[in-house]
Amino acid sequence: MPTIKSLDDLTRIREEVLKKQELITTSGKTEIIVGMGTVGRATGTQEILTAILSYIEEHNLGNVIVRQTGDMGLDSFEPVIQVILPGKERVTYGKLNPEIVKSILSNHVIGGKIIEEFKVER
Amino acid sequence: MKAVRSMVLVSSDAESIALGANEVFSAFQQKIQDYGLSDEISISFISDIGHNSAAPLVIIYPEAVIYGPVKPDDVLDIVEEHLDKGHIVERKLVPAHELSEHLAWLSSRKGTLPAENRIVLKNVGLIDPENIEDYIALDGYQALGTVLGKTPAETIGIIKDSGLRGRGGAGFPTGLKWSFVAKTHIDKKYVVCNADESEPGTFKDRLVLEGDPHAIIEAMAIAAYAVGADEGYVYIRGEYGLAIERMKVAIKQAREYGLLGKNIFSSKFSFDLHVHAGAGAYICGEETALIESIEGKRGEPRSRPPYPTTFGLWGKPTLVNNVETLANIPAIIRNGADWYRSIGTPSSPGTKVYTILGNVNVTGLIEVPMGITLREVITIYAKGMKGGTFKMAQTGGSSGSIIPANLQDTPMDFDSFKTASVSLGSGALLICNQEICVVDLAKVLLNFFRFESCGKCNPCRIGCQKSFEILSNIAEGIGTLQDLEDLQMMADQLYELSNCGLGQTAGSPLKDILTYFHAEVESHIRLKVCPADTCPMSGKTIYQVGQEVKITREQGA
Repeated sequence: MPTIKSLDDLTRIREEVLKKQELITTSGKTEIIVGMGTVGRATGTQEILTAILSYIEEHNLGNVIVRQTGDMGLDSFEPVIQVILPGKERVTYGKLNPEIVKSILSNHVIGGKIIEEFKVER
Repeated sequence: MKAVRSMVLVSSDAESIALGANEVFSAFQQKIQDYGLSDEISISFISDIGHNSAAPLVIIYPEAVIYGPVKPDDVLDIVEEHLDKGHIVERKLVPAHELSEHLAWLSSRKGTLPAENRIVLKNVGLIDPENIEDYIALDGYQALGTVLGKTPAETIGIIKDSGLRGRGGAGFPTGLKWSFVAKTHIDKKYVVCNADESEPGTFKDRLVLEGDPHAIIEAMAIAAYAVGADEGYVYIRGEYGLAIERMKVAIKQAREYGLLGKNIFSSKFSFDLHVHAGAGAYICGEETALIESIEGKRGEPRSRPPYPTTFGLWGKPTLVNNVETLANIPAIIRNGADWYRSIGTPSSPGTKVYTILGNVNVTGLIEVPMGITLREVITIYAKGMKGGTFKMAQTGGSSGSIIPANLQDTPMDFDSFKTASVSLGSGALLICNQEICVVDLAKVLLNFFRFESCGKCNPCRIGCQKSFEILSNIAEGIGTLQDLEDLQMMADQLYELSNCGLGQTAGSPLKDILTYFHAEVESHIRLKVCPADTCPMSGKTIYQVGQEVKITREQGA
């Protein structure tokens, strides 16, 4: 565990983390970010997360990273996930259930086709 | 779901009507229909537009463009050029010298959409709140490192220059508060983060705590350095289980990285943080009650003065700041006071987080520059009203003000709202359509306050209970005209005599309702009719001139 003793230490850690994150984006990995705030949890992101993980396991998707984050302020659209394909814009999906998530995974994450129906414009 | 693309407002004060506002209005209706835009554009009258000599005026949202004086012949051009093609008709714009007050201010922003501008919520929804590295990658803890190279006085200077005002509701200048604590010469001081966000309908702080807890830790460390404190408490309301959990994780990580604890950044500054969970009392959001609660006592407000800045937690000088206020601090230190001043209005710089709820199409949370109008929030971010037209809004949770339709265009910042004698409060925007009854709303609010009053002082304890009883009677159809006077008196005295903010603000929605919706309350009493058809009017027996009369809703309606 690195202890930060000065601003230089902080900058160094920052650069290391950025490099790590850049490695992820350039390694061609897809990021799926699940909104796990209170509203998200209340509307069932836990099931969404389980659905995503089991889909990834079933289909052996090695190049997908699943992360969690807080609420995004899109309470009418919860549960919300974001999908970032390598080198592409962040796409936000809302009003999801495990079935829709599976179709997002197969169409968008694997097929690269954005499903407009569930996309949330910000 | 009906969301409009644009909104046309025609002024309808006496002068405008005399100069043909009605004709302009019907011309707009006709032309909008001719162009087939009826579904996308809403058109309505607006009464309160301030003094000007270019009547009748036409204001078009979301661009906030003001045309005037508009004649029926000009309508075709405006509809064709502006509404259909999206070009502003320059030659019909109001001459700048004709505009005063908030119209002038509106006009100064013409052509600019009030876009969301995230400072407080910058990282929320992007980073993993349980991973400190995510926060560090987005410039996290840079501000703390910078501040430790400055003197505490310089740091307070930056916050003072930025013009940041407390976001808990009262709008007290943050820099000034910090300097009060810094001025005291006592060896032990505390910094407390007020995260007891118990105002119904407000959940902005929860988002920050859940989504970006390190921002609060960093800001509290900066505040502690500036005022000379070495210990801090985050008082989180008990219902926010996830927020408490994530804050604890964040504090643990910050300690491991040496960002909390002794000699932070190898300086002489030491700071540590504790999480204190509330137990669900509304009163503990009041700063002195919150302090009592941390000390393990009953959550009752103290008498003031002395203020917490000189005599706070365990009798030591204590700085109490709201979550949203603190979340602004790292960004101000990183980018400077001038940058912060460039956002929002001169008297209230920066952004404000609003939680939108009620009869609108999209609810949720936005962060926009100070000074945006309520109408813009509803049209642009909430995507229009659901199930009817706008009747009123309540800003700032239960203790906030009721904003009637004619104040919709008041810029939402601390001073403009104060001028209009309403308050901005904590940032909850409860939007109501015409199906909401004001008596019912007031009854629900006072019911809340009579439960949450701590009972320490009589005006609040008895006033809230009594007001609730009177309102219940009015709702049941057995109110009298004397009740109206009593309610008014109660609302005034709650404000004047109560010990703390709870009682002082409990009467404010009541007062506003009696000011702006007097006729509606009176119709409950005189006609036994609830115009919104919400109140029970349940046929309680009343006595009229010695004669028994049974009131039923059919009779009333």
